[in-house]
Amino acid sequence: MTFLRSREAVLTGALLVLLALIATRFPGFIAPANLAAVFNDTAPLIILALGQMVVILTRCIDLSVAANLALCGMVAALLNVAFPGLPVVVIVAAVTALGAALGAVNGLLVWKVGIPPIVVTLGTLTIFRGVIFLISDGAWVNAHQMTDPFKALPRSALLGLPVMSWCAIAVIVGTAVLVWRTALGRSFYAVGGNPHAAVYTGIDVGRTQFTAFVLSGALAGLTGYLWVARYAVAYVDIAAGFELDVIAACVIGGIGIAGGIGSVGGAVLGALFLGVIKNALPVVDISPFWQMAISGAAIITAVILNSRTRRAKGRLILRQTEGHA
Amino acid sequence: MTDVPVLALRGVTKTFPGVTALDGVHLSLFAGQVTALIGENGAGKSTLVKTLTGIYRPDGGSIEIDGVPVRFATAQDAGAAGITAIHQETVLFDELTVAENIYIGHAPRTRFGLIDTARMMREARSLLASIGATLDPATRLRDLGIASKHLVAIARALSIDARVVIMDEPTAALSQKEIEELYALVATLKAQGKAILFISHKFDEIFRIADRYTVFRDGQFVGDGLMADVDQDQLVQMMVGRSVDRVFPPRTHSPGAELLKVVGYCHPTEFADITFTLRQGEILGFYGLIGAGRSELMQALFGITKPSKGVCRIDDRISVIRSPADAIAAGIVYVPEDRGRQGAITALPIFQNVTLPSLRRTSRHGFLRMAEEFTLARTYTERLDLRAASLDQDVGNLSGGNQQKVVIAKWLATQPRVIILDEPTKGIDIGSKAAVHAFMAELAAAGLSVIMVSSEIPEVMGMSDRVIVMREGRMVAELAGAALTPQALVRHAAGIGADKTKVAA
Amino acid sequence: MTDTSLHRRLPDRLTTRTQRLLRSWEVLLLAVAVAIFTFNALASPYFLNVWNLSDATFNFTEKAMIAFAMALLIIAGEIDLSVAAIVALASTAMGYALQFGVGTPGLVAIGLGTGLACGAFNGFLVTRLGLASIVVTIGTMSLFRGISSIVLGDGAFNGYPASFAVFGQGYVWWVITVELAIFAVLAVVFGVLLHRTNFGRAVYAIGNNPTAALFSGVRVDRVRFILFLLTGLMAGLAAVCLTSRLGSTRPSIAMGMELEVVTMVVLGGVNILGGSGTIPGVVIAAFVMGLVTFGLGLLNVPGIVMSIFVGALLIGVIALPRLIGKLRA
Repeated sequence: MTFLRSREAVLTGALLVLLALIATRFPGFIAPANLAAVFNDTAPLIILALGQMVVILTRCIDLSVAANLALCGMVAALLNVAFPGLPVVVIVAAVTALGAALGAVNGLLVWKVGIPPIVVTLGTLTIFRGVIFLISDGAWVNAHQMTDPFKALPRSALLGLPVMSWCAIAVIVGTAVLVWRTALGRSFYAVGGNPHAAVYTGIDVGRTQFTAFVLSGALAGLTGYLWVARYAVAYVDIAAGFELDVIAACVIGGIGIAGGIGSVGGAVLGALFLGVIKNALPVVDISPFWQMAISGAAIITAVILNSRTRRAKGRLILRQTEGHA
Repeated sequence: MTDVPVLALRGVTKTFPGVTALDGVHLSLFAGQVTALIGENGAGKSTLVKTLTGIYRPDGGSIEIDGVPVRFATAQDAGAAGITAIHQETVLFDELTVAENIYIGHAPRTRFGLIDTARMMREARSLLASIGATLDPATRLRDLGIASKHLVAIARALSIDARVVIMDEPTAALSQKEIEELYALVATLKAQGKAILFISHKFDEIFRIADRYTVFRDGQFVGDGLMADVDQDQLVQMMVGRSVDRVFPPRTHSPGAELLKVVGYCHPTEFADITFTLRQGEILGFYGLIGAGRSELMQALFGITKPSKGVCRIDDRISVIRSPADAIAAGIVYVPEDRGRQGAITALPIFQNVTLPSLRRTSRHGFLRMAEEFTLARTYTERLDLRAASLDQDVGNLSGGNQQKVVIAKWLATQPRVIILDEPTKGIDIGSKAAVHAFMAELAAAGLSVIMVSSEIPEVMGMSDRVIVMREGRMVAELAGAALTPQALVRHAAGIGADKTKVAA
Repeated sequence: MTDTSLHRRLPDRLTTRTQRLLRSWEVLLLAVAVAIFTFNALASPYFLNVWNLSDATFNFTEKAMIAFAMALLIIAGEIDLSVAAIVALASTAMGYALQFGVGTPGLVAIGLGTGLACGAFNGFLVTRLGLASIVVTIGTMSLFRGISSIVLGDGAFNGYPASFAVFGQGYVWWVITVELAIFAVLAVVFGVLLHRTNFGRAVYAIGNNPTAALFSGVRVDRVRFILFLLTGLMAGLAAVCLTSRLGSTRPSIAMGMELEVVTMVVLGGVNILGGSGTIPGVVIAAFVMGLVTFGLGLLNVPGIVMSIFVGALLIGVIALPRLIGKLRA
């Protein structure tokens, strides 16, 4: 019963209705192979949405994820060009670490200097983009400059699914275990839900927020490689504005922007919802220019629905039985 | 009785820029005993709690556990030493389950280092059972009432095997029945050998459950001893440094003509069928248990919440009040119970707080006139004898009592006809209480009509011309004159007043 | 507290106007602006040319128009991230109307009207439905830009009438552009509105404690709604100026402008959490951002690299006072 009334259930229902509607126009869309392709296409959004969820849970926001992604992607591409012999795994590890370090910069400014997260990440967002230009000299890194193993990894199939999809699955499972079954994961909720009380239970609010930023940064770094390798191109403006898609996925997934509320399932479903819309528009013959307006309407609807379910609850002083007495 | 206290503070000092919050204080807590910490607001009680729980680090003196000096660098250290606090507003996590709230920070782990959810649920269930609580540990905290949240907080205290339990005004938001259950729990904790620090403003409960007392005044230690050796007057004397007679101000003026008439106020969930009148210069008390719907009714009269039915009439004008601005225009103002959140805007200066509802009068064509604002603010703050450095000072820098004065000055400056005071003396010290009472009498004598919501029987008895008792959102009695007795108030409020003969007896 | 029963007269203020001014954020920011100006003047011989400086004002005038209204909104504890999308939608609406031969006055009315309508929609969602403005405006940002993108596709609207060019390309007198004049007038209007009227006082009260403001009789939702309307109107005005200056409406118009506007407001000393900030601060911040962009441009630093400076400036100017405060403590 509680599940049926949960945000996840509503979202699952909405997603199924959406798929059913698309199927009436184009049955091929819900073929397993196509759904797998949609999932694969949505993988970067899912990964980043999970990182963002953790940050939002702690009452922060990370606007710099897309810029972080782009910077790490560019570094991955440049590393590959400069050292073609370097194993791809090393590059992945390096840019994930770089992403974590960039996240740590955000986290430190929030934790140690006490600047509001939205200001910090607004600043680092522009700085990261600028740095990409500096290190790349504004030039593109194109497919022919990248080595084949570098480009192949995200697409190579493992048990029928591309590595990119497996990355998303691994991040989903990892984040789920983290937030449900570890002390750190629960402290994300505690810090966002009631920072004052968190201090009394011995949780360091700033350090927890810092950890959230590092995690979000690391996931952005990983996605940076996946993105650049999959599209086989790196330039200053890749994933420009993608941070808003990520936040939109979280909002649709019922992650409360005020912190402390949200689930892994919600974030994943929110991302999938946007992913399905994006992939479905061309096949049902709607101009892709509609995509943005539709996702905007979806965000607003989700926000309204979330606020309705959360309100309703109030203390009832009048006992209903007394009215009949 | 053991001689070595479980926890002892010796000469602890804590200073903040410009203020010495604790000045060489002493405190000893003994196993299996309840020590009441007594002091006026600003005596240093909350600083002490924060020092004991590792939030603040003392600048001087020592904290000893079992006679061994310790140092708490973080809240975690204090927790590890077995000190836990249950706070004024139960500070826990709404989105986590009962079990997670109990075990956050020290949850049982599996051998992979993950939280062992099954074991946590099991242990939470048995722990809750041991304190007589029948809560499902898987329930989310946000679905619980305040009393149940208290139980969770206490279960948490037990779960970390606390040796010292600090209870900071634990009964402030509880109903009488819930308070009784809390007292029983305190007895259980005592029997288990915990040392309990009990902070409260209520003398009756201090005398009922405490074994020892410690009194602070202005951040300094005044005295301590056994409860058996003191009486109420001696404690009050120590608290305020002067003897305070608990006499209410005389009421010489009798109420005049009918000013306000409220007819048929209803709200879908909070209250129903409210009809009463208020006369000029009258003090009308509203008594009831916490949660009887009194504040909700007052906020509807003030236009914050909207009643589904009902009208009110002031003089001969029928008013429909849809917003506080309407209420103020009609001459009704409301001094809320929650001063910090609803009363003062702490980051704005005193004069801006005072003039906020009166800007229409001090401004011209919507443009501010500073000179008029300062004049108006000065007139009313001086009338209330506000203690501040200047009118430009932020309200947040003032003491609680002075913040309350700013809020009252703000309303008097609007020249209201009816002033609603919601728990006007809750949580303020005895000295300020008497001042508020005297002031209320003065206002009524000057022709202002006062509605006073109060849960304190002496205050209701001593101040009101007439009292309306509410229970579960409805008016259940209107008492005045000889019928106004403490017994009648309690019986009507608790719903056992049906048998008239017993009320009389 | 000493317990004196002597009657004391409470002074109005303990600090003088000069004392407060010297400690203010605006003075610190002004020092930064002077430093940048001096540095630029020394670094490039072209900097002190009045016509170059006049051109440089376009770097901030349109953004600053929105920033004034945004400053009020942020002081009141809200935010509007959809402003750039409103600019795009208003510009698209004007371009669309252009095809039906609407003249300059009509175009301006449509631009401003679109902005007002978008602001009203945001205001409705926030005040009537009680939603958080940051998420609502992330949603409407997609919605507004999405509608603009449906209309525009990957095309563009061109051929605005010559008389329409006056807003973005005209001069009032000598080197003073029409946009700069609008900027100056708006700076005064918003400064007076925030600092000298009952409305401005209500904005501060709401930003500091909306509950207490409501309990003090401030019509909180009405003030918030008006602020969203104002922000929409200013975005509409910025759309008129920007479209007039560029002479066309393209899909990428005003992309990312919301972040630059918020940066300008925060740099101007407005607390992102609400409750404090001034219009003079925003004015100085607008000049600082304009000077940085212009100065680096003269040194042939590409635009994207300038963003490093702007970002660092944003964090640095906020971090510095906090770090100094920490060191002192």
